[in-house]
Amino acid sequence: MNALAGTGLLTKLAFRRDRVAVPFWIYLFAVTAIGTAYSSRAAFDTLHKRVDFAASVNKNPSMLALYGPVQDAASVGSVSLWKVGGVASAFVGVVALLLTVRHTRGDEESGRLELVSAGVVGRYAALTAGLITVVTTNLVLAVLVTIGLVALGLPAAGSIAFALGWFAVGLVFAAVAAVTAQLTTTSRTASGLAIAFLGLCYLIRAGGDAGGHDGPTWLLWLSPFGWVSHLRPYAGDDWWVLLIPVVFSAVCVAAAFALVGRRDIGAGLLPDRLGPAEAGAGLAGPLGLAWRLQRGSLLAWAAGFVVYGAAIGGVTANVEDMVGGKSGRDVLEKLGGGQAMVDAFTNVAMSLMALFASAYAVQAVLRLRSEETGRLAEPILATKVGRAGWAAGHVLFAVVGPAVLMALEGVIVGLVHGLRSHDLGGQFPRIFWSAIVQLPAVWVLAGITVALFGLAPRLAAAAWGLLGLFLLLGELGPLLKLKQWAMDLSPYTHVPKLPGAPMRTMPVVGLVVVAGLLTAAGLAGFRRRDLS
Amino acid sequence: MTDAISVSGLVKSFGRTRALDGLDLTVQTGEVHGFLGPNGAGKSTTIRVLLGLLKADAGEVSLLGGDPWRDVATLHRRIAYVPGDVTLWPNLSGGEVIDLLGRLRGGQDAKRKAELLKRFELDPRKKGRAYSKGNRQKVALIAALASDAELLILDEPTSGLDPLMEEVFQRCVQEERDSGRTVLLSSHILSEVEALCDRVSIIRKGRTVESGSLADLRHLTRTSISVELANPPNGLADLPGVHNAKIEGRRVSLEVDTPKLDGVLARLTEAGVRSLISRPPTLEELFLRHYEDETAAAE
Ligand SMILES: Nc1ncnc2c1ncn2[C@@H]1O[C@H](COP(=O)(O)OP(=O)(O)OP(=O)(O)O)[C@@H](O)[C@H]1O
Ligand SMILES: [Mg+2]
Repeated sequence: MNALAGTGLLTKLAFRRDRVAVPFWIYLFAVTAIGTAYSSRAAFDTLHKRVDFAASVNKNPSMLALYGPVQDAASVGSVSLWKVGGVASAFVGVVALLLTVRHTRGDEESGRLELVSAGVVGRYAALTAGLITVVTTNLVLAVLVTIGLVALGLPAAGSIAFALGWFAVGLVFAAVAAVTAQLTTTSRTASGLAIAFLGLCYLIRAGGDAGGHDGPTWLLWLSPFGWVSHLRPYAGDDWWVLLIPVVFSAVCVAAAFALVGRRDIGAGLLPDRLGPAEAGAGLAGPLGLAWRLQRGSLLAWAAGFVVYGAAIGGVTANVEDMVGGKSGRDVLEKLGGGQAMVDAFTNVAMSLMALFASAYAVQAVLRLRSEETGRLAEPILATKVGRAGWAAGHVLFAVVGPAVLMALEGVIVGLVHGLRSHDLGGQFPRIFWSAIVQLPAVWVLAGITVALFGLAPRLAAAAWGLLGLFLLLGELGPLLKLKQWAMDLSPYTHVPKLPGAPMRTMPVVGLVVVAGLLTAAGLAGFRRRDLS
Repeated sequence: MTDAISVSGLVKSFGRTRALDGLDLTVQTGEVHGFLGPNGAGKSTTIRVLLGLLKADAGEVSLLGGDPWRDVATLHRRIAYVPGDVTLWPNLSGGEVIDLLGRLRGGQDAKRKAELLKRFELDPRKKGRAYSKGNRQKVALIAALASDAELLILDEPTSGLDPLMEEVFQRCVQEERDSGRTVLLSSHILSEVEALCDRVSIIRKGRTVESGSLADLRHLTRTSISVELANPPNGLADLPGVHNAKIEGRRVSLEVDTPKLDGVLARLTEAGVRSLISRPPTLEELFLRHYEDETAAAE
């Protein structure tokens, strides 16, 4: 039988299964790129503004680490798309790798692949179909982004280069995921490995960029994000750089195909280790089980928060030097001096971490849904464990997990910055509380997810979409000058902007109450509905 | 003694599909009750209503004297359940799952567990993903059999077991019955049902079509008779209760509704019987009749 037989069929099936998710992601990313470009165009309309802005960014190690440098202050495109080029491209990579794993190892794990393999489906068909799906998705995104940016009046060559940069990131991480999907037997581990690799690549790029021209810029050549930054959209457009991600992806894909050829369906290459013959004392209730199922991901997130916290804490003190030019110093004076800059920076950093903590919370709650649809809730709920008790075990992780993560972040950033600025007693509490005050908004996201799970389980995954919308609202709202009521839809709008702004109790209490009500409604709904 | 399970007029719809349409089921305390029906008849749905996982649309359901939707916590201490298609957590070992389920049910017998592990030849150290289908099934079975639950609800528990393990399973269930436990066993394996069950219920399209002891049910079916007669028979084919009569001179083969056996035998004796082979109805024939009606009705 032809090893590729059935590829077309599987591809069609994949698009059918993702007929909502794929258009949603394409739309979200396209809007992010085009919306940012549209709104920044007005903000940076004179050369003077752009040069000032670029100078301030390029002097600031934390901005450089987070987003990379502004490559050409003279170019509107380069300045406007600076921010999305950095962080959003990482999300493009995450979505690409998740989609790839879903349609390869995910299908295999659920047994769906075995079902179709018995038909006229060749050995390589599933992997090929998965890659075609992801590459097509990224290609459509690239075309839409190019069209949108050109329509805004940006140079065509730079717009194509920018879009291809995203495409290259998607391609690279789809290819990496194609390999990790062959190594492990569960899609969770396969995605985890690929995400860890992506995180490492991002850190390498951050390290290469943080020092500016004097830093270890050679690091950039070791990371896909660095390759893409060498593409320099709107700032020279070095097309040849695209060869590197293409060759890298080709090698990964070739390796993935070689691995498929060498293993059995359902099996991985990393051997399954033996476990204990008896359960330890901790595995005795719904909470013990939730801990076993969730601890790995919580520990991984915690490690990420610690690394990130150390990085942020390390550069916070430099923020005072960041504002370049005379106008910048004027602004600084107006804002209230160096401490105000540190405060503003801390607030931005903590708001970003709150989004990550929310992603963790959403994922922790959605574990309930995946346990339910995976038929793993049924045996537990057939014991004396009640619905509320079972759900509470996982919801607890969505409540306590983010608290642990944000507290870690506050402690690490506070310690590192406090020690570096020789003012531990003064800086630590300001920073710590600015991390903790984010929690109520994070819990609202957890509450929304629980409510969806309990009341509209089929729509539970829409929590990701809401998180994306709130992110977009926060990033683009001020630039688009949205009305206050629209901004108020996002829970993050209501978080007091500590440590600079005064603490306001009412909104915080309000968020906690909303989170509590949503969670209670979700749990009540779950107790009343059928298990699917 | 009250019945362990009593269901009457149970209705459950999923959107526009009416999965259960007035189903009745009675399981007496201490019996092994077979629960049969073609694919999609509603067996698993009934069981999931009994476990409080689905809420009934209408009908009376009583389980161990309680309401399965309301009294979840108290009832579930007394029940053990084996689903038809067992999935396990990929990173938990089989031994951990057995212990976990035992603890969540409120206790298991460690000695019995060790013995069952040996009898079913299961390696409890493997992780969930590494088990074959039959071995996953064994994990759930051992967890249920090692518990001290008074009611076992088993939904096609042996799908995937090899014949040797099937035999071990049958012996275990017999031991359970002897120690006074009640078992509801949904199954497609007729030899298993025949060997284990005191009474059976057959359902079709969400309704109970037959219920009673195996002897009762046999009575409802036909006995096959092949006979060689001294003289050609007359009017045999027209007797009430006779089906598929083939008469070739003095050789006759036919099927008789078991209650009408008397009249037919009398007529045969009149013609003088030289030799006679009679075969009692097999369960297969009984079930196939119900299952086939299903396909015939669907066409
Ligand atoms: N969650 C659900 N949503 C929609 N339809 C369902 C659901 N669960 C069961 N059904 C439908 O209800 C009917 C009865 O299904 P059920 O699983 O109870 O059959 P069964 O007798 O257990 O069959 P089998 O012998 O194949 O296990 C089927 O038509 C099935 O498609
Ligand atoms: Mg079933």
